[in-house]
Amino acid sequence: MGATMALSAGVAAAKTSLTMYYPVAVGGPLTKIVDGIVADFEKQNPDIDVNAIYAGNYNDARIKALAALKSGQPAQLSVMFSIDIYDLIEQDAIVAFDDVVSTDEEKAWLKSFYPALMENGQTLGKTWGVPFQRSTIVMYYNKDAFRAAGLDAENPPKTWEELVAAGKKLTKKDGSQWGMMIPSTGYPYWMFGALTKQNGQVLMNADGTETYFNNPKVVEALSFWKDLSQKHEVMPKGAIEWGTLRKNFLEQKTAIMWHSTGNLTTVKKNAKFDFGVAMLPGNPSRGTPTGGGNFYIFKKSSDEEKKAALKLIKFMTSPKNAAKWSMETGYIGVSPEAYKTKELKEYAKSFPPAAVARDQLNFATAELSTYQTGRVRKLLDDALQAAIAGGKTPEEVLNDAQARATQLLKPYK
Amino acid sequence: MRISGNRHILGWLLISPAVILLVTFTHYPSVSSFFSSLFSRGNPIRPSKFVGADQYTAMLEDPVFWTVLENNLIYAAGTIPASIGLALLMAVLVDQMLPGRAFLRLAYFTPTILPMIAVANIWLFFYTPEIGLLDQVLRPLGIDTPNWLGDPSTALWSIIFITIWKEAGFFMIFYLAALQTQSPELKEAAKLEGASAFTFFRRVTFPLLMPTTLFVLVNAVLNSFKLVDHIFILTKGGPNNASSLILYYIYETAFSFFDTPYAAALTIVLLGFLALLAFVQFGLLEKRIHYR
Repeated sequence: MGATMALSAGVAAAKTSLTMYYPVAVGGPLTKIVDGIVADFEKQNPDIDVNAIYAGNYNDARIKALAALKSGQPAQLSVMFSIDIYDLIEQDAIVAFDDVVSTDEEKAWLKSFYPALMENGQTLGKTWGVPFQRSTIVMYYNKDAFRAAGLDAENPPKTWEELVAAGKKLTKKDGSQWGMMIPSTGYPYWMFGALTKQNGQVLMNADGTETYFNNPKVVEALSFWKDLSQKHEVMPKGAIEWGTLRKNFLEQKTAIMWHSTGNLTTVKKNAKFDFGVAMLPGNPSRGTPTGGGNFYIFKKSSDEEKKAALKLIKFMTSPKNAAKWSMETGYIGVSPEAYKTKELKEYAKSFPPAAVARDQLNFATAELSTYQTGRVRKLLDDALQAAIAGGKTPEEVLNDAQARATQLLKPYK
Repeated sequence: MRISGNRHILGWLLISPAVILLVTFTHYPSVSSFFSSLFSRGNPIRPSKFVGADQYTAMLEDPVFWTVLENNLIYAAGTIPASIGLALLMAVLVDQMLPGRAFLRLAYFTPTILPMIAVANIWLFFYTPEIGLLDQVLRPLGIDTPNWLGDPSTALWSIIFITIWKEAGFFMIFYLAALQTQSPELKEAAKLEGASAFTFFRRVTFPLLMPTTLFVLVNAVLNSFKLVDHIFILTKGGPNNASSLILYYIYETAFSFFDTPYAAALTIVLLGFLALLAFVQFGLLEKRIHYR
C-alpha cells in the first residue's frame, strides 16, 4: 500500500506540465480542434500534461502570455503572431529552436517546413518561431455571379487589369452587388503587403530594421487600392470591415473578396452558391504575404519543459496533424510532407481550393514585421486608412509613415 | 483615556477596508504611474533610465495624441448633454400614468443591462454596409447611407450614438427615483396658482432635480473618458484614429506597442483632466444647487 502510494507520487512528480496560450483570428470552432489534437498528444504522452488556453485574438494572446511571464506563472510555449518575433527577442522572452533541438531527427524536423513560412520566424541567423496556423491571402469569388456577368467562372482574373475589368462587370449599378472587397480594417497592412509584392516591392528588410513605405512601387500599390473604389468604382468607398466581410461575401453583396485562407472551411460550409478560390492576381507577378501564428518556446522554462514543449510542437506540426488541421480550418499544411498524406491528398483532389494557398507559397513573402512592430504596423495602418477612407493622397501619407518609421527604427540599426 | 484610545483603533478598523482598497487600487497605481512616466522604455538589452519630462514633451509632438484628445472632447460634448437630456425626458414620460408604464420603463432600461461588448457586436452588424440593419431599412427608402464605421467623418458619431443609447436608460433611473420623491403638493399648489406644466417643470421640478443632475453629470463626464469597450469591437479606433479615444490609445500604447512609460504619461494626463473636471463640477456647480 505504502509502496504503491510512493510510486504514484513518484509518477505524479515526474509529470511535466505545460501551459500553452493560443489565439484564434478567424471564424469557426477552432478551439475544439486544438483541444482534440492536444488530447491525442496527452494520450500518447501520459507523462506530459498540457494546459492549452484559448487567449482571444493575436494581440490578446501576446498580452496574456507576456503578462503570465512577468507574473512568474509563465507559459512554456505559445502560439503567437509570427510577426511578434522581434518584440519577443527584444524582451528576451523566447529561445531559438536551434538551441532546443538536439537529435538529428529533431534537426531534420526543423528543416521540414515550407521556406516561405519560415521567413517570419527567422532572424539573427536562427529560427525562433515554427509555423502552425499559417495562412496566405486568397481570392474567394462567386462563380454564379461570374457566370451571370458573362465571365468565365473557371478563369478568375490573373492581373490587376483583368481584376478591374471583371470588377466592372460584376458591380451592379443599383448597389446590390459590388465587384470586389479588400478589407481595410483589422489587418490593412497585411492586404497591402499583397498589393506591394504583386507590384514587385516588399515592405521591409529581413533584419526588421528598415521599412520601404514610400518606395514608388509601394505608393503605386496604394494608388491602385484607392482607385478600386474612387476611380474604377468596383469596391465600396470608406473602410471595409475585416470582421463582417465574410458575411458580405456569403450574402452575395460582393462577388470577390480577399481574405485569409483560414476562412476557407467556414465559407465552404456556409456558401449557398458555387464559389471558387484563386491565387491573388499580379502586376505582373502574383504575390501575397504569409500570415498567422507560430509556435514559440519561452526562455523561462526548465530544460525538461523545453524538451516537452518541443515534443508537443513536433506532434502538432507532424504531417498527420498538420493535414488534419489544414482540412478542418483552411490553414496551410505547414510542410510538404503534410500534402503527401493520403487524407490531405484526397481532400485536395475532391476540393481543389484547399491547395491554392499552398501553391501560392511560391509567390509569398514575409508579413510586415520589424522591431517596434506594433507601432510601425500602426503607422502603416493609419496611413492606409487615411488614403483609402480619408481622402489623403498616397504619397503624402506614405512619406509621413516612412519618416516616422525611420525615426522609430533608428536605435536598432 | 483607555476608552478614547480604543475608539481610535475602532475607527481605523472601520475605515480600513475602504482605505486598503483605495490605496492598493487607486492611490498607489496613480503614484507609480507618475514615477514610471519619468523613465524611458526599457528591455533586458537596454534597461530603462530616468528621462524626466521626455515622455510628456514627446506627447506634445505626437499627432495621434492630439487626435484622440480632440475626439474625446467631441465624444464628451456629444454624449453628455444628449444622454442626460434624453434621460430626463424619458423619466418625465414614464413618471406619468400611462398604459403599459412598467413595460416602457423596462424598455428604456434594457440597453443598460446588456453587456457593452455584446451590444457592440450587435451594433457592428447594424452599421455594416449592404447587409446591416440600417442600410436595409434606409436603402429601400431611397436614402443614400454612408459607410457608418468606415468613413472617418461618421465613425466617431456612430460610436457616440451607441453610447447615448446605452447611457440614457441608466441615468433615467436616477431621475425617475428623484421624481417619485417629489411631493405631489407642489404640483397641486402650482395648479392653484395657474402655472402651466412647462413653467412648473422649469421653476419647480427641474431645480429640485439639480442634486440628481449633478450626480448624473459627474457620471456622464467620467463615462465619456472611460467608456471605450465598444471601440474594441466596432472600429479599433479607426479609420486612421478617427474614432480613437484617450483611454483606447493608452491601451494600445501599453499592450500593443509595449511602451508602458508613455502609456503611464498618457494616464497621468487623463487623471489630471478628470481631477480638473471633478474640481469644476463639485467646486463651482455645487454652490448653485439647493439640496432641500
